[in-house]
Amino acid sequence: MTTVELVSPFVLEYAYKRSTGPVIGRFLTALRAGRIEGVRTATGRVLCPPVEYDPETGEDIVDFVEVGPEGTVTTWTWVAEPEPGQPLSEPFAYALVKLDGADTAMLHALKCGKDALVTGMRVRAVFAAERSGMITDLAYFQPADLPAPELVPVPAEHPVTRFKAPVHAEYTVAAGATTAEFLRGILRKELNGRRCPSCDKIYIPPRGSCPLCGVRTSEVVPLAQKGTVTTFSIIRIPFEGQVLEPPYAAAHVLLDGADVPLLHIVGDCDVDDVRMGMRVEAVWVEDLQPTLASVRYFRPIDEPDATYESFKEHV
Amino acid sequence: MSHERCAVIGIGQTKYSAKRGDVSMPGLLREAAQKALADAGLGWKDIDAVVIGKAPDMFEGVVQPELFLAGALGAVGKPMMRVHTAGSVGGSTAIVASHLVSSGVHKRVLTVAYEKQSESNAMWALSQRFPFQPPVAAGAGGYFAPIIRAYMRRTDAPDHIGMKVVVKDRTNALKNPLAHIHDPEISIEKVRATPMLWDPIRYGETCPSSDGACAMIFSSDGSEVANPAWVLSTAMRSEPMLFPGRDEVSPRAGRDCATSAYKDAGITPADIDCAEIYVPFSWYEPMWLENLHLFENGWRAVDEGKTELDGELPINMSGGVLSSNPIGASGMIRFAEAARQVRGTAEAHQVDGAKIAMGHAYGGGSQFFSMWIVGKERP
Amino acid sequence: MALRDVHIAGFAQLPNSHDLDDYDEAEMVQEITERALADAGLRREDVGFTCSGSNDYVMGRPFSFTMAIDGLGAWPPIRESHVEMDGAWAMYEAYVRLQHGDVDVALVYCFGKSSLGSVDKVHTYELDPYSLAPLQVDPHSLAAMQARMLLEQGLITEAELAHIACRARRDGNKNPNAPHSDEADADALLAQPYVREPLRAHDLPTRTDGAACIVLRVGGGGPRIRGIAHIMDQHQPGSRDLTDAVSARQALEAAGGADGVTVAELHAPYTTQVAVLKRAMGLDDEVAINPSGGAIPACTPMVAGLVRIGEAAMAVRHGAPAAIGHATSGSLLQHNLVCVLEAE
Repeated sequence: MTTVELVSPFVLEYAYKRSTGPVIGRFLTALRAGRIEGVRTATGRVLCPPVEYDPETGEDIVDFVEVGPEGTVTTWTWVAEPEPGQPLSEPFAYALVKLDGADTAMLHALKCGKDALVTGMRVRAVFAAERSGMITDLAYFQPADLPAPELVPVPAEHPVTRFKAPVHAEYTVAAGATTAEFLRGILRKELNGRRCPSCDKIYIPPRGSCPLCGVRTSEVVPLAQKGTVTTFSIIRIPFEGQVLEPPYAAAHVLLDGADVPLLHIVGDCDVDDVRMGMRVEAVWVEDLQPTLASVRYFRPIDEPDATYESFKEHV
Repeated sequence: MSHERCAVIGIGQTKYSAKRGDVSMPGLLREAAQKALADAGLGWKDIDAVVIGKAPDMFEGVVQPELFLAGALGAVGKPMMRVHTAGSVGGSTAIVASHLVSSGVHKRVLTVAYEKQSESNAMWALSQRFPFQPPVAAGAGGYFAPIIRAYMRRTDAPDHIGMKVVVKDRTNALKNPLAHIHDPEISIEKVRATPMLWDPIRYGETCPSSDGACAMIFSSDGSEVANPAWVLSTAMRSEPMLFPGRDEVSPRAGRDCATSAYKDAGITPADIDCAEIYVPFSWYEPMWLENLHLFENGWRAVDEGKTELDGELPINMSGGVLSSNPIGASGMIRFAEAARQVRGTAEAHQVDGAKIAMGHAYGGGSQFFSMWIVGKERP
Repeated sequence: MALRDVHIAGFAQLPNSHDLDDYDEAEMVQEITERALADAGLRREDVGFTCSGSNDYVMGRPFSFTMAIDGLGAWPPIRESHVEMDGAWAMYEAYVRLQHGDVDVALVYCFGKSSLGSVDKVHTYELDPYSLAPLQVDPHSLAAMQARMLLEQGLITEAELAHIACRARRDGNKNPNAPHSDEADADALLAQPYVREPLRAHDLPTRTDGAACIVLRVGGGGPRIRGIAHIMDQHQPGSRDLTDAVSARQALEAAGGADGVTVAELHAPYTTQVAVLKRAMGLDDEVAINPSGGAIPACTPMVAGLVRIGEAAMAVRHGAPAAIGHATSGSLLQHNLVCVLEAE
């Protein structure tokens, strides 16, 4: 198999908007005020962090109970090199802390000299100076015998009902051997498909495996740069993450010799002139990159439209 | 098939709206699940297993959410699964859950499907520029618009059919207090005046983006309630997204799925009293009417009013996906609304005397289909 | 109603490796399904139900599983479903589906790639979005907190953990489907620094790429499924006993128990979790634990669980009277699945 050279970074990120509902909302509202509240279940257990239900039975919780701000460490680990996004940028411990008055332990950061860390140690909650109604309003725990920084009051606003939750994940994406071979062809202004050895059909972009037959493909077939618009849509809606400016025509282009249409753009003409059966050819960008976007778009050519009968199997 | 029976004994749905800012995710699911438990006269302890379903985790940014939702659904100490089959997921989740009962493995199973779309933006999630992929991404509408155009071309359907479907569904939604869109002024003219988004799809012909959850409880003998809905058959079919000669307008997977559902239920399409089918863009009603063997000419059936609430074969009595669309739940709502009809609990949008109803969902590039037939009488 | 006897008729896996860059989803699925069907002596048209397991966040894009269908030859259209879980749960769904009597062969597959990005990061987003995910607790930190509890309660020693690691590496190096690990004696391992105290590098999983496929068949011979069951536990790590895996014990019981079992393949990504599972499931020293090396030398997301069942099936095929295949999901053994296999 061909060696892969095509690798690209990819970041998936979004700041999600979490609505809290009444129970989590009350917990976060209390944190913003510098207090910690747990919830009591019908069996009398006090849970912190709180949830809307008894996780053992599914039943609704009964009421709220103030817990902490001191508690006992039930276990911990040392994070010598914190990652971005973790609660502290200096080395710290993650710990499970059973707050006074609670029956369950809460996971959070513990700021403490490494040598002083011991299971069973008493700790106290330290609140962030700026608080917006998130779990990180409780900045960290620290040893209970250290003086606690004074609580900075924040304006008592309306109760917390939502918070922003950023999700950020980084990927390194390889094209895969079949796609890499196709994209290297693009760098030579070639549009190469692959033929299925079982059904003889030609796919573009090429498939490593024939969707109909479930067998490997290997034969590369160079295709014409001309084709027929079999169907299309005019994109008139702007949206988050859009690459092209609307309106533009997104079309199914059946290249001459191919057995499946390619999804691409039709340009160099009024979007209202785009029609089923229109004959088009590839227009390349000057600075070729290993992406199908190196075909800037397909533009109309001076050929009579293909008859509907000739392409109706491909719409 | 030789197996046990499965009955729907509890149904619960949340109010659907653009933003359920008043609840958390667990709160949203519990709202539906607790209504279903109350409907069945059961408590959390009476449930043997839980199956949840939803569309991609990227809609809410929580990976494998069954893990954090287990306690909220009374699933601790029980089996719990998470189904994801693209847009058909609500339907396939119901099927997977019903199979836990019909296989004889469990006696009572809770299933919940949901989406909290307001936590993010579905167009963003569906239009990510993944490296080395072709650049024409424009959400679901961008994908389906050319296929709708192909249907119009193939059948010479007049332009107003899609708008007629919207008016019917949103008129039905006025009788469903849970529906997201309540527009008493809905009319062909009003839909026509909305902007073209993905030509030929107008804004007024697209589904909304909703928050919501739908839950059902299945039982092996139906004895818990006086009016269970009996599952007469279930069917699922999948086919690849793109291959030579693929009929994207009327995919074979959909046709085969319907044929299988009718055969296993021992019925013909003529026996169906009403159906809830997955219509996220108005034109999919006539397209599916043909694909599911309900009418030979789908657009004529729409044009002649045959699919209206008092028509020959009412379709989407609840208002359908065009009136409420919590993506992952949308398929399950179709299944649940079919069950409500044969239980006689559909209230203002009840079809009189409904004995056999169908629920249908699809997903991916019209590749993944799930269906069930439910009946009033025990098979 | 009596359940139908279901057998594991075929098994195949791609080698768990540091990267499978050359393969896209469809190509991985094409190859493993073809090989597993060949192992079972069956053809694609014999399959009556197909079910898969994968994870969009692991693969970096929504609906990643839909691409995989192209590897199946799904024409005419097939009966098919997907879980956003390890392939072991796809196998559970397939087992239930086979109970209905209308189909007799099911194809189960799964795939995952660690090389695409940070699987550890993705795991932080499966934690409670209100109280845990914003703290970005990485899986190694969670495992280390569990490990400390085990050590401080005297349930295990660091030396015993090092021995578990040595053995996992040695067995993994004999497994052609696991990547090579450097072998060292326990003392040498214990001389290494902590990654997350009290866990060292040898206690942690090696993240790999891979794919696996199992063919289930009603009748026809091969390792018979005595039972398959799974149980969910509480999510918050501070609200359950992390030194035990109650749900693994319950799942084993529901799957028919460990009578006659001589091999157990446990999906334990951390050395500590090998110990927790062994104790929770009551497996004595007569039971060979993870002869494949287990999930420490080769841990492919969404695949490592189904591979454990496949490896257990191979153990039965090669003479074990009965074997356990175990899969886990979530943090610190929150959700456990047990499949007990036996010779006919």
